[in-house]
Amino acid sequence: MSSKAKTSASTVTTPKIVMSGVTKSFGDKQVLRGIDIEVAAEESLAIIGTSGCGKSVTLKCLLGLLRADGGSIKVDGKEMIHAGRHQLEAMRRRFGMTFQFGALFDSLPIWENVTFRLRQQQAMTRQQARDLAAETITQLGLAAHVIDQYPAELSGGMQKRVALARAIADKPEILLFDEPTSGLDPITGGVIDRLILDSVRRLGATALTISHDMASVRRIADKVAMVHNGVIIWCGPAAEMDDTGIPEVHQFVHGLADGPLTLAAQAEARGD
Amino acid sequence: MIAFLQNIGRTSLAFLAAIGRIALFTAAAIRWTFVPPFYLRQLGRQIVDIGYFSLPVVGLTTLFSGMVLALQSYTGFARFSAEDTVATVVVLSVTRELGPVLAGLMVAGRIGASMAAEIGTMRVTDQIDALDTLSTRPMQYLVAPRIVAGTICLPFLVLVGDLIGVFGGYLVGVYRLGFNPSVYLSRTLEFLEFSDVTLGLIKAAVFGFLIALMGCYHGYHSGRGAEGVGRATTNAVVSSSILILIANYLVTALFFG
Ligand SMILES: Nc1ncnc2c1ncn2[C@@H]1O[C@H](COP(=O)(O)OP(=O)(O)O)[C@@H](O)[C@H]1O
Ligand SMILES: [Mg+2]
Repeated sequence: MSSKAKTSASTVTTPKIVMSGVTKSFGDKQVLRGIDIEVAAEESLAIIGTSGCGKSVTLKCLLGLLRADGGSIKVDGKEMIHAGRHQLEAMRRRFGMTFQFGALFDSLPIWENVTFRLRQQQAMTRQQARDLAAETITQLGLAAHVIDQYPAELSGGMQKRVALARAIADKPEILLFDEPTSGLDPITGGVIDRLILDSVRRLGATALTISHDMASVRRIADKVAMVHNGVIIWCGPAAEMDDTGIPEVHQFVHGLADGPLTLAAQAEARGD
Repeated sequence: MIAFLQNIGRTSLAFLAAIGRIALFTAAAIRWTFVPPFYLRQLGRQIVDIGYFSLPVVGLTTLFSGMVLALQSYTGFARFSAEDTVATVVVLSVTRELGPVLAGLMVAGRIGASMAAEIGTMRVTDQIDALDTLSTRPMQYLVAPRIVAGTICLPFLVLVGDLIGVFGGYLVGVYRLGFNPSVYLSRTLEFLEFSDVTLGLIKAAVFGFLIALMGCYHGYHSGRGAEGVGRATTNAVVSSSILILIANYLVTALFFG
């Protein structure tokens, strides 16, 4: 109760997450050239941008899975960019993340995947863990018996939902979703959008979602940020996405074939 | 000329950097092995995989090596009428040298490759990042159990391999070369010392450590995509095989005399 009061007090003063001027290179290829993102507590931010522009790398830098080369990353006002292992581990405990391709543990059945972190942190009987896993995946439209299967036995869309279940199972404060609805049918996509919204609105989580699906972005996001050439070229309320006056954003949001974003330019930016 | 020197410089730097990375990885792996939590279920799985499922490979290798050793040493020693030493030569070569080295190389192919492939796949599919995100240190969950299992399983495998190898020599000695069974056996044990066996087992433990270390290291630092995993697998097998041969000399020299 008191912790809840404290979080809402601090929302007035500090945003939940502030990334500023974050840079990251791989070899001599600079992927992030100064990313600036600010997310308030209990806000839902969508990150958009062409494939290979550095969206996934941005989220991995935020969690310290990739070490950013420079800039500043603050979580609840605390600088994390040069954080040591202990600090990083403590910070990560407050995050839940789904990876673009699921990243489920191949060697574990679904129920152990879903309850992986919970079972590290608290004593839990096998039955309790299985029940919780079943409850979480049924929320996402999967049948309860799926908990005894292995990731390789599931379709891509099912794996994605299990990954989502794993990320939200212990109700973390901050949720990072890397393309949670890509490759799913529209109805499942809708279910997942509702789950993300629910986590933010009802559980008070803060969410950062990478998405290419503009309909879904409109449903889930309070704020949208577009990455292009390693920087954020536009960030604003989702409602203003349609008339930003920026040609790249306009082209992306409306899915137009012609415009400043060409496939050739993207390939060049990726360096292939 | 300048380009040539640059190339040499770059290669040496890359080599030194790789040595440094391996040293850091080794230090981290050893350190995390002794820090709780201990993932005993992971350890158990690795022990079964390395210790139990390598038995056929190691057994067949040492069986035929013991057999061929008996034939070859007979051929050699017959030339100066020292055929009686065949049993002694077989048991000493197998326990001191062939058992550990052959088992080490075979397990490097089997286990080194599969560790690198498994951990490499986890790397390229973000499962290692997922572990970090889910409050589990990959060094403790993935690397430590493999290194512990490698180090304790190889001596066991080699002990079994020694027995089978000596038995192979016995088969050839008795059924092909016409030695009296009880004479062959007593000759086998007559000059064998406890230290011959322990030397072999110490070697085996070192080899097991190196195999698991290289498998984990190359998998952990696997390049991207299927190609990266493939390269990691090859590198794990090649580097652990070479390290086994180098360590074999060093351990032998250390205990020599
Ligand atoms: N571990 C890595 N090593 C080298 N290059 C990488 C790595 N991760 C990502 N990249 C490169 O960074 C760029 C951005 O990747 P990513 O963030 O995955 O794009 P996306 O915006 O589609 O999520 C790509 O060109 C990719 O090739
Ligand atoms: Mg991505």
